[in-house]
Amino acid sequence: MKKKNLSSKYLHPLGLALAASLALGSTATLSGCGGGDDDEIPFTLEAAGNYKAGDNGEVYVYNWGEYIDERVIDVFEKDTGIKVYYNYFEENEDMYPIVATGAAKYDVVCPSDYMIQKMIGEDLLLPLDFDNIPNIVNIDPEYLKSAENFDPGNLYSVPYCWGTVGILYNKTMVEEPIDSWGVLFDEKYSQEILMINSVRDAFMITLTYLGYSQNTTNEAELDEALALLQKQYPLVQGYFVDQVRDKMIGGEAAIGVIYSGEAIYTQRENEDLVYVVPKEGSNVWIDGWVVPKTAQNKENAEAWINFCCRADVALANFNYITYSTPNKAARALITDDDIRNSEIAFPDSEILNRCETFRYLGEEAEAMYLNKWNQRGNK
Amino acid sequence: MNRKNTFLLSTPYGLWMLGFTIIPLLMILYYGLTGQNGGFTLENIGLIATEENLRALWLSIRLSLISTLLCLVIAYPLAMILRNTKFRNSRFMVMLFIMPMWMNSLLRIIAWQNILERKGVLNTFLELLHLPTLNIINSPAAIVLGMVYDFLPFMILPLYNTLVKIDENVINAAHDLGANNFYTFTKIIFPLSIPGVISGITMVFVPSLTTFVISDILGGSKVLLIGNIIEQQFQKLNNWHSGSGLSLVLMIFVLISMALVGKYDKGEGSASVW
Repeated sequence: MKKKNLSSKYLHPLGLALAASLALGSTATLSGCGGGDDDEIPFTLEAAGNYKAGDNGEVYVYNWGEYIDERVIDVFEKDTGIKVYYNYFEENEDMYPIVATGAAKYDVVCPSDYMIQKMIGEDLLLPLDFDNIPNIVNIDPEYLKSAENFDPGNLYSVPYCWGTVGILYNKTMVEEPIDSWGVLFDEKYSQEILMINSVRDAFMITLTYLGYSQNTTNEAELDEALALLQKQYPLVQGYFVDQVRDKMIGGEAAIGVIYSGEAIYTQRENEDLVYVVPKEGSNVWIDGWVVPKTAQNKENAEAWINFCCRADVALANFNYITYSTPNKAARALITDDDIRNSEIAFPDSEILNRCETFRYLGEEAEAMYLNKWNQRGNK
Repeated sequence: MNRKNTFLLSTPYGLWMLGFTIIPLLMILYYGLTGQNGGFTLENIGLIATEENLRALWLSIRLSLISTLLCLVIAYPLAMILRNTKFRNSRFMVMLFIMPMWMNSLLRIIAWQNILERKGVLNTFLELLHLPTLNIINSPAAIVLGMVYDFLPFMILPLYNTLVKIDENVINAAHDLGANNFYTFTKIIFPLSIPGVISGITMVFVPSLTTFVISDILGGSKVLLIGNIIEQQFQKLNNWHSGSGLSLVLMIFVLISMALVGKYDKGEGSASVW
């Protein structure tokens, strides 16, 4: 799940440069910058070009920001004749009220596991017609099985991206190889730690370290986890989500908590960085396409999902966003051996067996988690 | 006929006030006083009583007081200098101080983050000169710095506007009657500038008290202000009721602070900013 915290909205350094140049009134840099960025990532997909966008109606797509290679949208339009209206959200929680109230009628949305579970529970989704999604065969059955944790029977969702949560460390700044969440509570690394600023993930780490389930609603267990977070509070530089990436690349800290999809990117930029899924276990998340009940173009939505399951499309998206793809046909197409066999992008089942997925815990439990999270600085 | 004209002319403003001030306020009041099931409750307001929320509120009040005071200490001498400059273009100089406001405040706060980071611009520079590095990022000090930087123009402008309007003859009269500079300042200039001071204090204190962006970016989420707590209720819990309840509490504090300052405002209304 491409979770972004509040500050990340404002905080991408590229965005900063872009905005700064905009503020100076030079709009020319805008197009220049965007173009240059895309050129670095190869894109070989070509549209069959049988149609013109709009020939066959339209589809309203709602996805995470920077979670697709936007060049595939053009290909989709020319291949199917369906005009795409594409919109972004920052967090599951931003998307939810908009879809739930029907404020905007999206045809296809890409929430995370626990959110899909919540939406199924509230009867907000339509079951998919898999006759319209033949490319589902490209999806590795292993991930379909994982998806049953939140979507039993795989009736409502098709996995799009997935990943783990782990520790990214700078091997020149630590003394020993790291394999445990324990380093995040080690006084030796005081002021060298970047903790994750996400309630569920932070508790996942402490609960897992203590040997409890990351989906617990047992208050005594949460209190123990909170005590650990309070002990950690003076040791951390701060709590971040997307900024961890740039801070680790820049050597601001020795240890950070990060999503696996960001790890590949950081290693491209700084080869001293190592990503590890700690031995105690972690969280594995899956984001999937779903069709809300309010959808006006269900068949076009299914055409979109089918298109995203195409091996070459999934590959193009993987190259661009570097989040793991559940598409086994796409993985087979990866030409770079290092990436295709990357432990980060495609951890083996031994690692995945240690991991759990989040379940939606209900409003009361979510509020309890947040209240406890806010108490981390109380001591 | 005159009355009819006045009524017509004030209609756009009235509609604006109704749509964007009164109705939203009533909505906050409604959400703040009802629970998720729609019934009346004081629970949302009571949320402020938890240890972490009180701590956040207290910290917000302290940091906003400090930054308001710092703004005043920096802005007042500056406004005096600008007033006394015989320079024909002192307006232009005022503009120089306001110019940062032409840029989005978020951008400027992000710039501060890049400057203050452990390996940021400032520390790289200090290391180059073999000076000790400064480590205030993700601490309350960084947040105060951000607030002062961001809100300083709101203090300078009203101060300058009131100071520049003080009639030179009043000051000359004081001198003629034997008052020295210090006496003239404490008895004449400062009392006459009170409306500007009040307006400046309100313009700095209120946004400082309610900010969540500055603390988020310069505090690394390690320093939680009441604004952050409220923002979480909406963003993370999607609970408009608890968020509105806490906002009501914050509004009460804003009202109290404004009433306190307003007591000293005996002039013919505060000086406007623009």
